Amino acid sequence: MDLTMLWYLVPSVVMFAAGVYGFCTRKNMIALLISLELVLNAADLNFVVFNRFLFPDSMEGMVFTLFAIAIAAAETAIAIAIIINIYREVGNTDINSVKQMKF
Amino acid sequence: MGLTLPILILAIPFTMFLILGLGGVKMSHKLAGILGILGNGTLAVIAYIVAFTYFFSGDPEFIVDGVRQQVQLFDVTWLAFTDRMVVNIGFLLDPICAMMLVVITTISFMVHLYSWGYMEGEKGFQRYYAFLALFTFSMLGLVVATNIFQMYIFWELVGVSSYLLIGFFYKLPSAVSASKKAFIVTRFADLFMLIGILLLSYYVSSTPADGVLGGASAFNFLMLNAQPIAVLQSTVGATFMGASVLTWAMVLIFVGGMGKSAMMPLHIWLPDAMEGPTPVSALIHAATMVVAGVYLVARFFPMFCIVPDSLTFICVVGAITAFYAAVVACAQIDIKRILAFSTISQIAFMMVALGCAYNEPVEGVHYSGLGYMAGMFHLFTHAMFKALLFLGAGCLIHAVHSNNYTEMGGLRKYMPICHWTFLIGCLAIAGIWPLSGFFSKDEMLAAMFSRHWFWGAWMTMVAGLTAFYMFRMYFLVFWWEENPKYKHEGHKPHDAPWQMSLPLIILAAVSCVAGFIPFGELVTFNGEPYHIHIEGSVAATSLTVAVLAIALATIMYAKKNPWPERVKNFWPSLWRAANRRFYWDEIYMFITHKFIFNIICKSIAWFDRHIIDGTMDGLAAVTQWTSVKIKGMQSGSAQSYVIWYFFGAVVLAAITWICIL
Repeated sequence: MDLTMLWYLVPSVVMFAAGVYGFCTRKNMIALLISLELVLNAADLNFVVFNRFLFPDSMEGMVFTLFAIAIAAAETAIAIAIIINIYREVGNTDINSVKQMKF
Repeated sequence: MGLTLPILILAIPFTMFLILGLGGVKMSHKLAGILGILGNGTLAVIAYIVAFTYFFSGDPEFIVDGVRQQVQLFDVTWLAFTDRMVVNIGFLLDPICAMMLVVITTISFMVHLYSWGYMEGEKGFQRYYAFLALFTFSMLGLVVATNIFQMYIFWELVGVSSYLLIGFFYKLPSAVSASKKAFIVTRFADLFMLIGILLLSYYVSSTPADGVLGGASAFNFLMLNAQPIAVLQSTVGATFMGASVLTWAMVLIFVGGMGKSAMMPLHIWLPDAMEGPTPVSALIHAATMVVAGVYLVARFFPMFCIVPDSLTFICVVGAITAFYAAVVACAQIDIKRILAFSTISQIAFMMVALGCAYNEPVEGVHYSGLGYMAGMFHLFTHAMFKALLFLGAGCLIHAVHSNNYTEMGGLRKYMPICHWTFLIGCLAIAGIWPLSGFFSKDEMLAAMFSRHWFWGAWMTMVAGLTAFYMFRMYFLVFWWEENPKYKHEGHKPHDAPWQMSLPLIILAAVSCVAGFIPFGELVTFNGEPYHIHIEGSVAATSLTVAVLAIALATIMYAKKNPWPERVKNFWPSLWRAANRRFYWDEIYMFITHKFIFNIICKSIAWFDRHIIDGTMDGLAAVTQWTSVKIKGMQSGSAQSYVIWYFFGAVVLAAITWICIL
């Protein structure tokens, strides 16, 4: 059984779908953040896989992924900082408790 | 002649305006007054030098074979819209221009000096002097204009400075409304003038008759006046309502002059303009600005002559106005109003004289250009004695603190200088030998009789009325019955300070001798000298009429008697109508308020409010309604947004997929 591109893409799709599903259904903001990371990592995985199988002579996909991971880490830091501040204001981390942010 | 003096003539008053206008608030009244007087004195000296050089130097630049030339000292391109439509700016020196330079600077200097006493202690003294300088600048620019476009610009500028000076006491509602009225009425007339200018320049520049016209010359006075035939040919064929385009253009240009010179029916602003300070009335509304219309006709004289209908129009308008204003002046109480109507009447006199002139020899007429020369002569003499009368009236108002002769009476003992100079002014305007008015009026009447006996007879009657109403005012102010208030109150009226009396004396002296100036040698329509000689029959007639009118006024008004009341009550409605100026203001009020405001403006306002505003309001209402309806979609729940976004992305992907397949 060959290790084809499909073996990598199917888990990526599962991760992406799980991330979207979690983002739409969970109420806890930390859980939302984790779901978001899943979506992001699915995209990173696609980058690496397409680079490896379609353009084996070049490195761009890998380098982009490294950058994306670093930026995702920074985003996570910011997101957690926001969540901590919201927790201090409203006492919980429920996404529905900050509906008035639309104004 | 170099360029220095001509440029200085315009630069000095403009600089004075800037200095006094911008720096005036920092100056004391005295400094501002002295600056204004010195600046204007220098200006007068320069203008005299220019005029004397022009008239008497014998320089071949100015006089060739005894014919005075029209000289453009400079003429530079200012605005070049297209190669056919070019506007120049320059300095044209010719007999009427040199004469006007003398008149304007003399009267302006007298008024500057007089105002130092008259306006003493008034708030805004510096502003007043700045406006006077602005007016002097604009008026000088008007008379030296080389082309009609430049003239139009300065024409509007004198309108603005007149507006500013009439409204000088801007806290008085009457002064404010008078200034607005003056500006709007003259501006309304200038609209027609602009149409006339555009008509003329369009036809002249679009059909260059022989290659000379077109370009900058479409506006240039010398070019137009030198080739009236070519101008006429270039407009041949175009007619409107039975008159040629050139006739229409000249009549419309004259309508602008009617506005400035207060001819009927556009005269309504001038009596109200008397709300301004009296020296301003003397300078602007008696001597200089209001004769701009006469100057315009003189400037375009050959062009008016080529379309004789326009000259007839000028004659008719002038004759009606002269008579109307003279009748109204007989029934006014305010002395400044009497003088204002007298000004209207006298300017109309000049208009008729110009309208009665020809620019080429005519069989049976001794000198065809007599009306032109006489009109200009009267402009000169009238400027002097009317300024004198206004300044005298200013002294009276200053002493009595009222404009009405009912508050005066018997003032001759208290104000001898004012009395004697005023008497000289009255004799001059009545046309009594040997004062200046006699000579100019005699020439005018001779010109009118030479055109048609009717004009002569009609205007002789007006001259008689002039003598009557002037002496009516003179006697009511200085004789009649002494106002009992002077005896009882501690404050007795007295002669004004020297700054005010000196101009009176100077102007009275000028009025006495100006008639002996050989005016015909200096100013004629074609530059060739003409030797004035008094025509015996005309002079005798006008002198007799004037003396009879003065005698009648003496009988009626020299001593208090019941005759004036009896005459007034003989036909009271006529007196009332004359006193109300034959209801012209009411007619204008009726037309503007009842007709224009009520019908035209109201419907336009309705359209604005309901159609234009309604469209905009409707747009806003629809937007608001839509946003109210859809605002529920913005729930604030981040997850619902994500779901909408997700399904949207899926749908887009599906569409893309289908399209690719």
